[in-house]
Amino acid sequence: MASDPIHQFQLKKHIPLEIGGMDISFTNSSLFMVATVVCTSGFLIWATSGRGMVPTRAQSFAEILYEFVAGMLRDAAGSEGMKFFPMVFSLFLFILVANMFGMFPYFFTVTSHIIITVALSMLVFLTVLGVGFFKHGLGFLKLFVPSGVPIAIMPLVVAIEIISFLARPISHSVRLFANMLAGHITLKVFAGFVVSLSSFGVLGIAGSILPMLMTIGLTALEFLVAFLQAYVFTMLTCMYLNDALHPGGH
Amino acid sequence: MTRGNKNSADEERDRRLQSLNDRLKKTRAAEVQESSSRPDNTGFGNALRLSSEFVAAILVGAAIGYGIDQLAGTAPWAMILFMMLGFVAGVLNVMRMAGVMSDPYRQEKDEE
Repeated sequence: MASDPIHQFQLKKHIPLEIGGMDISFTNSSLFMVATVVCTSGFLIWATSGRGMVPTRAQSFAEILYEFVAGMLRDAAGSEGMKFFPMVFSLFLFILVANMFGMFPYFFTVTSHIIITVALSMLVFLTVLGVGFFKHGLGFLKLFVPSGVPIAIMPLVVAIEIISFLARPISHSVRLFANMLAGHITLKVFAGFVVSLSSFGVLGIAGSILPMLMTIGLTALEFLVAFLQAYVFTMLTCMYLNDALHPGGH
Repeated sequence: MTRGNKNSADEERDRRLQSLNDRLKKTRAAEVQESSSRPDNTGFGNALRLSSEFVAAILVGAAIGYGIDQLAGTAPWAMILFMMLGFVAGVLNVMRMAGVMSDPYRQEKDEE
């Protein structure tokens, strides 16, 4: 077993492919993305196939998931935002299940690669821009002009608002990526302490209880973070969509 | 005779469905109120958000400034200026998130 804490994030090519000079090999990352999508769609299709008035356990779990995301979206973006429900629901489930898959030993964490999280956040960002300009035209730019600001400091305020707007996809993607990466590295480092300490004889084995306890605690924390990151990502998506639907608020 | 029985059974069922509907409505209303004032697990979520919101704004500011410097050959002044604006935007983001300042994007929701 490799003791290198970064080793777990290495991409391995399962099926090397190259088309037009582009490397599109099927890697372990692709494998886990496919597994995530297959698992979520498979579960939801299976769970809702009964369509019972009185739901089975699986169906009521699917319904709870639906209600949870629908409630989040309705709270943030109003009933108009429900048009984006399929996108938001898919994002939530993809991130949640990918994060949870990452918690299995020897599994690959898809969301610990920044290219994945940037792709997801750019999807949201471009949707917000597209919907905003499509629905409001140039009125969408009102987003950058807060009402009731004196003309004299307007350029400054607009510049700040634009920076704050452009910072969104970055903070959106880096948050998810950094939390998953840092969490898994910490977990691995503390677990590594247990192994290397216990090779120092009896005293070492006694001492290795401390990092062991830490690892147990961190594992629980990581499960919480895995869920919360999916939740935060989805909640922010809803808030950004709300800005696209109602820019300026007037 | 059987018909009369069936009707009364139907009525009974309708009445029970109606009462179930009423109870569901009440619960839903209570749930909505609860969900709008629940501070539970969003606290930790907010903590995770705070730092990245702040850092991202500074990075974007610096990147914009660097780009302008490259285009206009004014290094390093645009970068300094925009990094400062980035700091301001970062502080603004954090304060908005913490609810210290009203968020102009979300004004409509507050007014409702």
